[in-house]
Amino acid sequence: MSKTEDKVKAPSEPLFSKKNRRLITDPLSDNNPITIQVLGICSALAITVQVEQAFWMSISVIFVMVFGNLVVSLLRNLIPSRVRIIVQLVIVASLVIIVNESLQAFVPDVSEKLSVFVGLIITNCIIMGRFEAFAMANKPWPSILDAVGNAIGYAWILVLVALVREVLGSGKIWGASIFGNNLPGEESGLYAIGYMNNNMMILPPMALIVVGIIIWVQRSMNKELVEEN
Amino acid sequence: MQVNKDGNGYTFAFSIILVIVVGVILSSLSLGLKDRKDANVAVKKKMNILSALGVESTRKDGSEKYDQYIKDSYVISHTGVLQENLPEEKQAFNLDVQKQFRDKTIKVADRLYPIFEAEKDGEKLFVLPVVGKGLWGPIWGFVALADDYETIVGTSFDHKGETPGLGAEISQSFFENRYNGEKIAIDGTFTPITVVQNGTGSETQKVDGITGGTITSKGVERMVNETMEVYYKYFSKNK
Repeated sequence: MSKTEDKVKAPSEPLFSKKNRRLITDPLSDNNPITIQVLGICSALAITVQVEQAFWMSISVIFVMVFGNLVVSLLRNLIPSRVRIIVQLVIVASLVIIVNESLQAFVPDVSEKLSVFVGLIITNCIIMGRFEAFAMANKPWPSILDAVGNAIGYAWILVLVALVREVLGSGKIWGASIFGNNLPGEESGLYAIGYMNNNMMILPPMALIVVGIIIWVQRSMNKELVEEN
Repeated sequence: MQVNKDGNGYTFAFSIILVIVVGVILSSLSLGLKDRKDANVAVKKKMNILSALGVESTRKDGSEKYDQYIKDSYVISHTGVLQENLPEEKQAFNLDVQKQFRDKTIKVADRLYPIFEAEKDGEKLFVLPVVGKGLWGPIWGFVALADDYETIVGTSFDHKGETPGLGAEISQSFFENRYNGEKIAIDGTFTPITVVQNGTGSETQKVDGITGGTITSKGVERMVNETMEVYYKYFSKNK
């Protein structure tokens, strides 16, 4: 599936050796969890209507990934292999509850908007995938880097899709109107000369189409990514 | 000592320790953040009450505006009798009407109904909480009544998990506003307001439902009628 799954050894390499840097940079583009591995699509579809939601979702996923990978990596030699998937699930579920509780306590409005989707981080395939494929076989530091890389690789696609959908669908960025007022009867800015928001952008299928366009652009820029068949 | 990590004993011990550690961490976190979360919920409730009055508020000024507009609050019984000397958790604001609605051990006749008396632009208004069932889960909201005790001047509805784009639209202002001006009583007798799906909502005692959200719309109808009937018992006696 990916190069990053190779076991990272070498006992005394520098913190940001070339190999370690690749752990972060690979998932950002050439091995992006959404556009290349096509994982975590469900949340890319569900919460990319507004940039703000996508941003908070990304922050939550980064937190869960980094701490999850770290904990799994620290416990990797202790976790009984027969129940390892369940243990990973317990770890990711606990971290998600921590995130959810903190959102409810400190940013209640965001928590209301994300509602059930925070809970669905538990089922985000990227997270379980990194636990199983990387953290179970690697030391804590490379695991953290791997988590940061993959989570940010997920996050920037999420925010990009949300940006496209919010601008074209609602004419806003982070809730602020950019094309003027579109209330019927008091149009101003672009709306006054007949511009209309594309309501289809708000519907979930458009998220897949936007992700598809990103995948297309990425693969036409880097032909190595195109599958052989 | 060599521990057999594939043995049953090790697997059990690991699992038990893991669950205890995780349990302790999560429950202490939940307790530690409880005050903040409760405060957030309380402000949200105040904002919803204000919203039924047509007053915009934010989390910052929600409490302040609530104190400014809401002058009095009290609780009545299912038969429309004013309740006095209620314990702290059954006072108007603290009373959890949704929990009461769900709790099967509380009989319908034993339910309590809070009333929030508000003053806006010199007029007296009553804000009444309503609870009911939608298609997928609970729906709830507040109805504001003018001081003729029968004209609805504002509503705010919310839901737990109605279908987005269909039933979930009940929480949008275009639907909430459809109730404005409807009357819960004609000539001193309680008269239900029907939610219709055939576009005749402009007739009296009728409100247009949401296309594709029939069951949720009907849930709103039942919720408003059942609760308003109880409140009207109190109002008709205390005009």
